[in-house]
Amino acid sequence: MATLQVELVAVERMIWSGEATMVIARTTEGELGVLPGHAPLLGELAPGGVVRIRPESGEELVVAAHGGFLSVTERGVSILAETAEIASEIDVERARDALRRAEQAGDDPEALAAGRRAQSRLRAAGQDA
Amino acid sequence: MAGSLRALRRRIRSTQSTKKIFSAQELIAGARIVRAQNRVTASKPYAREITRVLSALAGSASLDHPLLTERDKPGRVAVLVITSDRGFAGSYNVNVLRRTEELLRLLRDEGKEPLLYVVGRKGETYYRFRERDTADTWTGFSEQPGYENAQEVGSVLIDAFTAGADDDGTGAGADGVLGVDELHIVYTEFRSLLSQVPVAKRMAPLEVEEVEEFRDERDEEVQAQRTSDVPTSYEFEPSAEALLDALLPKYVTTRIYAAMLEAAASESASRRRAMKSASDNAEELAKNLARQANQARQAEITQEISEIVGGADALVSANADN
Repeated sequence: MATLQVELVAVERMIWSGEATMVIARTTEGELGVLPGHAPLLGELAPGGVVRIRPESGEELVVAAHGGFLSVTERGVSILAETAEIASEIDVERARDALRRAEQAGDDPEALAAGRRAQSRLRAAGQDA
Repeated sequence: MAGSLRALRRRIRSTQSTKKIFSAQELIAGARIVRAQNRVTASKPYAREITRVLSALAGSASLDHPLLTERDKPGRVAVLVITSDRGFAGSYNVNVLRRTEELLRLLRDEGKEPLLYVVGRKGETYYRFRERDTADTWTGFSEQPGYENAQEVGSVLIDAFTAGADDDGTGAGADGVLGVDELHIVYTEFRSLLSQVPVAKRMAPLEVEEVEEFRDERDEEVQAQRTSDVPTSYEFEPSAEALLDALLPKYVTTRIYAAMLEAAASESASRRRAMKSASDNAEELAKNLARQANQARQAEITQEISEIVGGADALVSANADN
């Protein structure tokens, strides 16, 4: 079966790379599933978005990716993110704290961005945000 | 005589304790180089991908984004200088600042007015001491820069650059904010453990050639990949223009981040080298001082013996006389 070569890179390091059968992401335009053979595409990921990668073997990988882009070529998929975390590595308590703090901080743009980051982390970890 | 021996011993002790400090610094810097190099390597996949995406976009979108277009009459230009927070790094800061002066002279000759943006306490004090204005300074992260630091610096520079779009001559344009028309960066490139070279580069307006050059430097293999990617025509979500808008500032930030990481590695490498020669010198000095101290001690003993012998002789001859 055909697979996708997926690379998930954050600014500071490469987070995950490998073969996958499907990638699901949400761009600013809407939810999107990428299967092998998908037309080349460049998209901007929605803020606070969650990316799902179904590897060839093993469990589905859920990632909180923030401030990123998705690029699909014939070779595969690359996901670029400013910050990205794999769900299993997310500290739910800390994310909740961050969200609470951001909500209290009010309307300034930095707090809003922090809030969205925390939301995406929670969502990726399978918690209600 | 006894006084000089004591003074020498004191100097030996202090030289040895400074030597300990130097070699500790050397070890720390050595460990930091490795870490800094790892971070440079870790940041490369992102830089590579973003460059690839950008060149794919550049092929498809019209290139009239403000970050890509050359301004008619560049007036004010921003120069970002990356120095270290701490000294003890040999000629590291001097070299960066000298390169900056060269760039500033060149810019002034071209009739542009350079504005300084400085990273690192050493650069900050250099310009403050000379009473020269800096537009903005950031300190406290030169050895371990994070991406958020690059974002902070990048957003200030990109804002200034965007604000400069409508300036005419020396007056602020429609938005009433004086901006800049070009962005330059001066940092130290890490070539190897033995060679770090200060370089000056233009970040904006970006040239497509510069994008190519950036890739060449970073990764040869991408060049090969790219040739296979070129015929691809992409779909864009949202439009190519909107994507370019979102991507270019990130690209500039990535370049600042890469420059900071290289500078951090260079800083540690310079520091290690400086500290190595400092501790070698201290050891040499301690050795020479020990020699002098031994000589002084020997001279003292000789003198004491000759005094005793002289005294005994005097006694003997006094007895003989009686």
